[in-house]
Amino acid sequence: MIPALDGKVALVTGATRGIGQAIAVELAAAGATVFAGGRNEAALAAMIAASGQAGRIHPLPFDVTDAAATKAAFMAVQKQGGRLDILVNNAGILKDAPIEMTGADMVAETWSTNLTATLTCCQLAVRLMARPKDGGPGGSIINMASIIGRMGFPFHAAYGASKAGVIGLTLSLAKEVAARGIRVNAIAPGLVDTDMTAGIPPDKREAMLARIGMGRAGQPADIAPLALFLAGDGARYITGQVIGVDGGLVV
Amino acid sequence: MKSLAAVFAESLMIDPASVVDGLAYQSIKEWDSVAHMVLVTALEDNYGIMLDTDDIIAMSSVAKVREILAKYDVAA
Repeated sequence: MIPALDGKVALVTGATRGIGQAIAVELAAAGATVFAGGRNEAALAAMIAASGQAGRIHPLPFDVTDAAATKAAFMAVQKQGGRLDILVNNAGILKDAPIEMTGADMVAETWSTNLTATLTCCQLAVRLMARPKDGGPGGSIINMASIIGRMGFPFHAAYGASKAGVIGLTLSLAKEVAARGIRVNAIAPGLVDTDMTAGIPPDKREAMLARIGMGRAGQPADIAPLALFLAGDGARYITGQVIGVDGGLVV
Repeated sequence: MKSLAAVFAESLMIDPASVVDGLAYQSIKEWDSVAHMVLVTALEDNYGIMLDTDDIIAMSSVAKVREILAKYDVAA
């Protein structure tokens, strides 16, 4: 059987760890050529070496908040991969604080990484995906939102706003680029065990776990199969959707 | 590598002779926003570059395109 994503080229941002790593490996295992974005070149190399997919995952060290570096990264994908079919905007940061202590720097950093960089990557991806290529122009963009962007959560005003912004971006862009064969969807994870959520204090974590219908935190491997589905032809008629993967978490 | 006039003519589907410095974006029906993106892709392929968003927005005439391309160290 030909793997589902054979011949496809994907870019996953924030692929060094957590959900991004799981998605990069999942797409590569399905036959895609994956460019793994991340800030730390050595960490990317270590991730790839341990992935079991070293032949299909290529390191793409860049910081998504650096617009020039981001453009250079997309150019490198086009030059080395010859095309772009799948973009997973996963790079993100999480900082929580009471509203009175949510500083301007924290707001700027959170929005720049989670929202502005996502828009910039979408913009560059659309330009590459809309190009003529084997199989015709088109592609799949998958943005990482959050349950907090839909439902809100105390002390997460800056983060929640950035993720609500990602949802708004997803909905509008899906309508704009549908005619060009480009689908845009978002995944809204609940509580997922990653380095990003490792800083949640134990008492808060226990309180969140009590609100998850399935009684456990999610793992990156719980998210990756949805990204694989949205990336592939099985989702060819699905766009502008925000899909929760949260084990029944109620926030 | 094609000439700048040839890239314009092919992208906008116009006579190469009408590609003059003063030709401006949206001054003719052939150079609309859709054709503008076709032109961007053709320029990028021809010169092996990727244009900045600000430059795509600023590409208001043939002369301006030539000026922008100079920033990318390509002969146009």
